[in-house]
Amino acid sequence: MTNSPRTPGIAAARLEAEILAQNFSDLHPPLDGHEALVAADRCYFCHDAPCITACPTDIDIPLFIRQIATGTPEAAARTIFEQNILGGMCARVCPTETLCEEACVREAAEGKPVLIGQLQRYATDTVMAAGVHPFERAPETGKRVAVVGAGPAGLACAHRLAMHGHAVEIFDARPKGGGLNEYGIAYYKTTDGFAEAEVEWLMKIGGITMHNGKALGRDITLEGLRAEYDAVFLGMGLAGVNALRAEGEERDGVVDAVDFISNLRQAENLAALPVGRKVVVIGGGMTAIDAAVQSKLLGADEVTLVYRRDRAAMPASAYEQDLAASKGVRFIFNAMPLEVLGNGAATALRCEYTKSEGRSLTGTGETFDLEADQILKAIGQTLDGAPDGLAIEGGKIAVTGAGRTSADGVWAGGDCASGGEDLTVTAVAEGRDAAEDIHASLVG
Amino acid sequence: MADLSSDFIGISSPNPFWLASAPPTDKEYNVRRAFEAGWGGVVWKTLGAEGLPVVNVNGPRYGAIYGADRRLLGLNNIELITDRDLYTNLEEIKRVKADYPDRAMIVSIMVPCEEQAWKDILPLVEDTGADGIELNFGCPHGMSERGMGAAVGQVPEYIEMVTRWCKQYYSRPVIVKLTPNITDIRKPAEAAHRGGADAVSLINTINSITSVNLDTMSPEPSIGGKGSHGGYCGPAVKPIAMSMVSEIARNAETRGLPISGIGGVTTWRDAAEFMALGAGNVQVCTAAMTYGFKIVAEMISGLSQYLDEKGMSLDDLVGRAVPNVTDWQYLDLNYVTKARIDQDACIKCGRCYAACEDTSHQAISMSEDRVFEVIDAECVACNLCVNVCPVEDCITMVELAPGEIDERTGKPVSPEYANWTTHPNNPGAVKAAE
Repeated sequence: MTNSPRTPGIAAARLEAEILAQNFSDLHPPLDGHEALVAADRCYFCHDAPCITACPTDIDIPLFIRQIATGTPEAAARTIFEQNILGGMCARVCPTETLCEEACVREAAEGKPVLIGQLQRYATDTVMAAGVHPFERAPETGKRVAVVGAGPAGLACAHRLAMHGHAVEIFDARPKGGGLNEYGIAYYKTTDGFAEAEVEWLMKIGGITMHNGKALGRDITLEGLRAEYDAVFLGMGLAGVNALRAEGEERDGVVDAVDFISNLRQAENLAALPVGRKVVVIGGGMTAIDAAVQSKLLGADEVTLVYRRDRAAMPASAYEQDLAASKGVRFIFNAMPLEVLGNGAATALRCEYTKSEGRSLTGTGETFDLEADQILKAIGQTLDGAPDGLAIEGGKIAVTGAGRTSADGVWAGGDCASGGEDLTVTAVAEGRDAAEDIHASLVG
Repeated sequence: MADLSSDFIGISSPNPFWLASAPPTDKEYNVRRAFEAGWGGVVWKTLGAEGLPVVNVNGPRYGAIYGADRRLLGLNNIELITDRDLYTNLEEIKRVKADYPDRAMIVSIMVPCEEQAWKDILPLVEDTGADGIELNFGCPHGMSERGMGAAVGQVPEYIEMVTRWCKQYYSRPVIVKLTPNITDIRKPAEAAHRGGADAVSLINTINSITSVNLDTMSPEPSIGGKGSHGGYCGPAVKPIAMSMVSEIARNAETRGLPISGIGGVTTWRDAAEFMALGAGNVQVCTAAMTYGFKIVAEMISGLSQYLDEKGMSLDDLVGRAVPNVTDWQYLDLNYVTKARIDQDACIKCGRCYAACEDTSHQAISMSEDRVFEVIDAECVACNLCVNVCPVEDCITMVELAPGEIDERTGKPVSPEYANWTTHPNNPGAVKAAE
């Protein structure tokens, strides 16, 4: 270690390698067999269970937990994968505290839900660690489908189509598949190269070809795909980022949080990653939290998260907020950035307090300066380079029903499509449902 | 603190909690620990006749079934009577009794069904200064194959005969322990009564196979791939035991015969229930084997608190529920209740709905936002919803007052008591009316 958290500016190796490894290890270590049984015993096997309703992919949670409790985690995994082929990743990254576990009747009964996410991981890990792929592909149909984007939506769609016997070709702009699972999720939520391993495991269904480094609009076009394939699914996510629209945004040290997170996820050596001594994160979503927490874990001395609205309005869940607070992230609510101060490199962020009336937000005139050598922008992503000819709604590709776009033979799902929350699990559901619709239209 | 000191057939103990004849009472070391922990008495593990002691298997003796969180609900065993030398046991019994004169010391005995065998052992037991004996007519495995234990307990004539010998050759109280592996528990109890028994104790363990290993196809506990039925005990057998205790308590032939209640007693509440059904005291084994001797502290504090709250003495409690145990035909058919769901307590699991809709009377409605309500016109008050609800007191049975309309029948609730014996649907009743 050459540096410390108090080394000025942006520097690497602020913490010992050992501490870094500890900081970025599994946030929730996997349950062992005994822990899984104890947790499974708590499930009441509710009728028409609220947890199922709360799950965007409608996993039969009481059934899979009962299968764990009776010593058949393999059957439990199949129950999960039938609804959600990325059940392994969702078990790790789903905000269960706002989905299944929030709906769990034991949350209502005693404020302690059944550990659904961790039990799901227990079941899916059992099967994935054994290298078993639980599904078989139907006989070839001769139909070919192009999938743009190898993120959760694209992968779920491709897998379901392949299961039905169609030939699928996935095109992804990045060097690796997985999308945000690979590039956009906090390191400690999915460790040990799980995202990459999951893609490999998913592809075992057969019938799927992956083309990396192929971006829509650069290397391929929608028109070309429509001409060549029987159907096209668009699941390329939101590649653009919102601008701060504050003076001085171009100064050194001002970066997009998604890039910071992506670099971190792909880093071979965490100690080689530079991070500021004083980091300010702007935004209130999961990306903001992930960036803030990881800055702290990399060794930043002070990390402040600035959000323009109040705590209740924050898109990041209470659980995520508490996690950040527990790691030492400071929150400033009701404040918006005005200007990045500095001379070449950023030295501070000037902010103005806000007041909100309904949806509208105005500055109060009162300002303050936050010292900062690194400023991470996490103020939302945008659809970048949507193909011409597709109807757009609210900045996203407009879809109806199971992901049908305004263009014939073109479906869309995941973050790039309208409707649904921008969550891995929602993307999986949309990809899967679009695949069923595509299948119906191809064989119908 | 209520006075828990107990006088059971003239045997006094500081509380009514005895340890049953079983592994926990097999030797001096354990029994001293039990007395130090506060147990009122022990029934020493069954002694056999003089000579080479029995041998036990050298593989597993116990099997179990579990509830949620691996909570032990039932235990079975294939252990035999004491496998230690008779004189070693007798010396230890004498020593411990001398050191703990205020505790009840009962000696369990099982020897062959021959007068001489009893004539031989009883003076030896008498000499220990123990307060009484318990005749083990219940052990269902191993010993029964040799004509002892349950093999005697299943033949009322043998029970009567051996009890007489014991009353003849032994001066202190004689308790006869009954096996539940019979069709009518009253018969052996009556036999013991006729033989002059001072009390009966029940139940001994129930024939059982706790599980089958689905890989080896051996019953558990498995001895080299084979298993034998063992004696079942623990919380799971309590309802069976209480029914049998109550049958003896209310049977005309045996009414007033003191009963030592055994079978799944785990908490003070279990003990109080047994006593309310006519047991003068209780014997405990599985709970101690699961949690250790310390559990008696909770039994003592709990029963004391209960008696204080009710303003009852221990004697007041014994048999207090017996008059309320009756035959089905005397139950009041004009007693009408309906299930009521406390919406504030409801956690919306829907188990009441699934149980009622799938398996009962379709008397619970479910709204889109998961509000569960009882449909009085369909509710027969079966109580299944109460039983499956995970939240205590969330669903209760509320009695309809006389005059209120039972929406299921459309008729007002009658204030009169009426049972099956006089019901018009009862052919016997119609005949009697003619």
